Amino acid sequence: MKTKNIMIVGVGGQGSLLASKLLGQVLLSQGYDVKVSEVHGMSQRGGSVVTYVRYGDKVYSPVIDKGEADLIVSFEQLEAARWLPYLRPDGQIVTNTQAIDPMPVVTGKAVYPEGLIDKMKAAGARVDALDCVTLARQAGSAKAVNVVLLGKLSHYFDLPESAWQEALTALVPPKFLDLNRKAFALGRDA
Amino acid sequence: MMKKLMLGNVAAARGLYEAGCSFVSSYPGTPSTEITEEAAKYDEIYCEWAPNEKVAMEAAFGACLAGARSFCGMKHVGLNVAADPLFTISYTGVNAGMVIAVADDPGMHSSQNEQDSRHYAKAAKLPMLEPADSGEALAFARAAYEISERFDCPVFLKMCTRIAHSQSLTEVGERVLPPLRPYEKNIPKYVMMPGNAIRRHPVVEERTRSLIAFAEETPLNRAEAGTDSAIGIITSSTSYQYVKEVCGDRYPVLKLGMVWPLPEKKIRDFAASVGRLIVVEELDPFIEDHCRNLGLSPEGKSLFPLEGEFSQNLVAEKLGLPCPKGAALPDAVPARPPVMCAGCPHRGLFYTLNRNKCTVLGDIGCYTLGAVAPLSAIEMTACMGASVSAIHGFNKVRGEESEGKTVAVIGDSTFMHSGMTGLANIAYNQSNSTVIILDNSITGMTGHQQNPTTGYNIKGDPAGKIDLESLCRAMGIQRVRVVDPYDLAACDRAVKEELAVHEPSVIISRRPCALLKYVKHKPPLAVDPDKCRSCQACMKIGCPAISMKNGKAHVDDTLCVGCGVCRQLCRFDAFSGDEKEG
Repeated sequence: MKTKNIMIVGVGGQGSLLASKLLGQVLLSQGYDVKVSEVHGMSQRGGSVVTYVRYGDKVYSPVIDKGEADLIVSFEQLEAARWLPYLRPDGQIVTNTQAIDPMPVVTGKAVYPEGLIDKMKAAGARVDALDCVTLARQAGSAKAVNVVLLGKLSHYFDLPESAWQEALTALVPPKFLDLNRKAFALGRDA
Repeated sequence: MMKKLMLGNVAAARGLYEAGCSFVSSYPGTPSTEITEEAAKYDEIYCEWAPNEKVAMEAAFGACLAGARSFCGMKHVGLNVAADPLFTISYTGVNAGMVIAVADDPGMHSSQNEQDSRHYAKAAKLPMLEPADSGEALAFARAAYEISERFDCPVFLKMCTRIAHSQSLTEVGERVLPPLRPYEKNIPKYVMMPGNAIRRHPVVEERTRSLIAFAEETPLNRAEAGTDSAIGIITSSTSYQYVKEVCGDRYPVLKLGMVWPLPEKKIRDFAASVGRLIVVEELDPFIEDHCRNLGLSPEGKSLFPLEGEFSQNLVAEKLGLPCPKGAALPDAVPARPPVMCAGCPHRGLFYTLNRNKCTVLGDIGCYTLGAVAPLSAIEMTACMGASVSAIHGFNKVRGEESEGKTVAVIGDSTFMHSGMTGLANIAYNQSNSTVIILDNSITGMTGHQQNPTTGYNIKGDPAGKIDLESLCRAMGIQRVRVVDPYDLAACDRAVKEELAVHEPSVIISRRPCALLKYVKHKPPLAVDPDKCRSCQACMKIGCPAISMKNGKAHVDDTLCVGCGVCRQLCRFDAFSGDEKEG
């Protein structure tokens, strides 16, 4: 099997490390060779962050390059647009519709582009957009955005739902498990 | 045994555990930190955060001298700090094995330079192993102890961001604890005064010759066959993965797991078996230069850059192979640089320094972000401790003109690492300098490690606690005062008064990092749009929770932690929230 490439992108602090851990765990349970590459440190302070998840029979490079991603999962619209060049021509974007102004926009040095979802579609990407913040609040906490998004993402894998549930159970502290199960279900059913 | 998905650093820690390492001393630094954090999760290993890398390396040396396998870990620039012991413990050698992990950061994801640590192995004449994935990080950590004890020298385990912070499948084994080796007094071996060191140097050179012979034979360096020997590639670490990703089994590859000392015959034989010889390595032409010294004519930096990280597309392009391309948006996508978090205690202090038009000499930590717009407060950042040392020289040269407006800013952990000696110089050679210690009660940027001022050790248990006020006074600074950086009026007063006096002074800006779990947050503030006059005074602090929406200030309630700094800037009382505070 040819190596599959998934990028998880967002703003530092949004919880993308848990999302990549969960995804890695699910793929590992299916018997794939898996590599997950993330960046710690300065960019986690509100900067643009990216995690690469690759799986297949044999994975070499830990990173994904331009034109290679089968799937980009984005916690924020502008970040989906930033990493668009990494999507392969017929690739899929799954994005939270949340917009977070980066500091150059806050200070008036730059403008947050309008109509990003349509522009990404016009550039050839398939885009599945979802208001994950509202659903996460429904589940009980705005912090569950990452798990809502994973619920949505789970549609794009030919895997039994039990694999996802097992990974959630393995990685989420018991006292937050109900909340995260709810968030996952809301994302999956949306 | 089942394979686990493990971060490179976690696998390296597992390797230490399995090899029977029983003493770890490190200073945190991205991307090396998790090796020590993970090692601390094994009860069988004594682990600690040392005040800096030099202390950590010397402590680990003491432990190996005493007969236990020991370890210290650091980032590339940390090795500069530890270079002093490094070059001499190469002469003394070890008793039990000693391993030094050094993690480079090509691309500078979280560093101030992208120096290539391999030069240290060559300069200090020590072997260096370089894993290419998590499985190798574990196996090489184990192998490093065998080499250390067999050749009587510390051994480097060289990581880089993509190996340290990538997870791959790793097979784990059991811990084998070697018995404590006897310690024997051996003055000629361990006392490096000239008469003894002169006799040790030839031992080091002989050791290198033995290690070269080892490099010829060890499976750490392996030639992989290819179907097309028109090109042959010598590579290591993450570059190996990019080469294999692009070329598969097409071209023969010499994969080097030990990057110093390098084999000679093995490389010559490989070169003779291929057409074009290409060296693929990030940063400096280290392996390439070695090939040239052997009289070979490889291509390397004539194709590949000296700067930044490589990737599969880069390798494909340089080898003339097809590489995929993606689409881009017609719009410019605004950059998203890192910023101080909402509620960061550093923000109020940097706002004060900006307002007072201070010249700010900075240091290494989260607070380096004080240089970013709109605060734009920091004017120099070089290395750990440089703020405190440099302000002394700066003020000595410019005199009263700069003494009244220049400050040094340094974090609590960085002050313990390398700021104290700079302050000793200020106290001793008497410059009228103002040093601000940004005490957020943790080592922040690297992800919350304890330090000698926090009162807790690496396991979170109570530990010795150094009192910063007493320390500064004991060092001869008479004027030491503490302010709360959430209180802008108090910050302004402290900065103005300490800059005005004609003697050295220390301001401790004290409030715990807003991300610490024990820090209780207040409810988020909200802006009353009827009261907001759109003056944007609250935008001057660069808080990620505040933006302008429909011409009025707006607070993002998912980010705001209610610190109240913005409310102190509002002349129209537009921020609601806990009115009794602030």
